[in-house]
Amino acid sequence: MLDDFFTRAMVAGIGLALTAGPLGCFVVWRRMAYFGDTMAHSALLGVALAFLFQINLMAGVFIVATLASLALLFLQSRGSLSTDALLGILSHSTLALGLVMVAFMSWIRIDLMGFLFGDILAVSRLDIAMIYGGGALVLAVLAWLWRPLLAATVNTEIAEAEGLRPERARFVFMLLMAAVIAIAMKIVGILLITSLLIIPAAAGRRFAATPEGMAVAAALAGVLAVAGGLSASLNFDTPSGPSIVVVALILFLLSLLRLPARQAGREAGRTP
Amino acid sequence: MLQATERSGETLVEMRNAGVRRAGRWLVRGVDLAVRRGEIVTLIGPNGSGKSTTVKTAIGVIAPDEGEVRRAPGLKVGYVPQKVTVDWTLPLSVERLMRLTGPLPRAEVAAALEAVGIPHLAAAEVQTLSGGEFQRALLARALVRKPDLLVLDEPVQGVDFSGEIALYQLIRDIRERTGCGILLISHDLHVVMAETDTVICLNGHVCCRGTPESVLRSPEYAQLFGARAGETLAIYNHHHDHTHLADGRVRLADGTIAERCGHDHDHAGERHDAR
Repeated sequence: MLDDFFTRAMVAGIGLALTAGPLGCFVVWRRMAYFGDTMAHSALLGVALAFLFQINLMAGVFIVATLASLALLFLQSRGSLSTDALLGILSHSTLALGLVMVAFMSWIRIDLMGFLFGDILAVSRLDIAMIYGGGALVLAVLAWLWRPLLAATVNTEIAEAEGLRPERARFVFMLLMAAVIAIAMKIVGILLITSLLIIPAAAGRRFAATPEGMAVAAALAGVLAVAGGLSASLNFDTPSGPSIVVVALILFLLSLLRLPARQAGREAGRTP
Repeated sequence: MLQATERSGETLVEMRNAGVRRAGRWLVRGVDLAVRRGEIVTLIGPNGSGKSTTVKTAIGVIAPDEGEVRRAPGLKVGYVPQKVTVDWTLPLSVERLMRLTGPLPRAEVAAALEAVGIPHLAAAEVQTLSGGEFQRALLARALVRKPDLLVLDEPVQGVDFSGEIALYQLIRDIRERTGCGILLISHDLHVVMAETDTVICLNGHVCCRGTPESVLRSPEYAQLFGARAGETLAIYNHHHDHTHLADGRVRLADGTIAERCGHDHDHAGERHDAR
């Protein structure tokens, strides 16, 4: 079954969407969209370093994305520049460093477009194994971390005062983000990874009454976006990553249509 | 030093000479305080006097930069911070908020919401609540955990006056029913003080402490809040220094007659300021 490149891409993409959806909810709730973007942009530096030191690509990306998030936390704690400016500096400088390093390494051929925008042709059986193995691990850790992370999202001080150790939860959450970025790179590409975290979560918001419900809705929206996007990519010969994001955007816009009816129901429900 | 030492009960939290320093400035320094089981300790002080910082240090949200803080082993804290904002994108009902930091039986959640007077809002999303409703929900969330120490940072903000009295009544009932210690931050001196065992008056350091009555009479308190702060309902008093005459003119305090008085009787000016 996995002999067909399209089937491999579809299986890989669905595995990714199932992982990215629940994690993306926290990215949206915690307003970390730009933070995620910065980690994702650092992935190209990870790719370059992986080629340089001849280690596994996903491992390289995971390590560099983690280091980028740690660097950001460190600079934030120094408090010299605003978080906004720090994110901008880290995001673009790591991307630029990656591009420059790749250009220097003339002895290897790197399909830059594939890394930046995703390449369904490049998905191998090993990638699928990594996506499902890594994805299952990410989801398991997220489930274990759910209560402290959610409590810290609502209010860090409550979580701290009531013994849930929000700092630890936040650190583990960074590792999970780095892991998802590493496994998402081949499907949607470095520049569009954050969209797969955020857009399905945003689309799922309208259909969810609980945080857990939103995580499921986001995962399903992500699966629909991957299925639709990859099919469109095959039919219209468009790049896989952007096609998936466009379908996710359409799903998000459709979810907005439900708004008026839903809000009326909520108002009615509130009257005692 | 503490007035409530004769009350039985273990010490839940104790701060000795604690201080917190941020960006080269001491937010608070030299704070000694202890909360025992069954005791209500109220912190008062002007804005920026370090009340919230002191409370956060007491429960371990902030580590002290000097001095020491000791908490009873396995202390269970219920905390209502001064400001909680929940992002609109997070679908969170009041009932789910109650279970934020630990699982709870449905009946206990319902009882806690009943106790704070919002049982009808259990299914409402927290973002749709008014300030007072949300405050009650947060209080219910803190007390449903049956904490050893209940920590409330201005628990009545956004609650109307009658609701305020009811909430303080509730806080007193909680203490009597569960025997927990309560550490409270308050602006509303006249309402709070009656229920409090120990009042600690802060302004970067401990200005004065004692029973509500002794603090009310202390010169440090008068200095910090102004001489008239001790008068009950001082803020609501209208200071009448003139007499309205039958012909519409006004006799002022010094006996002279004027066309109008200094203040606006329908309080239109105050409403104007509030905008």
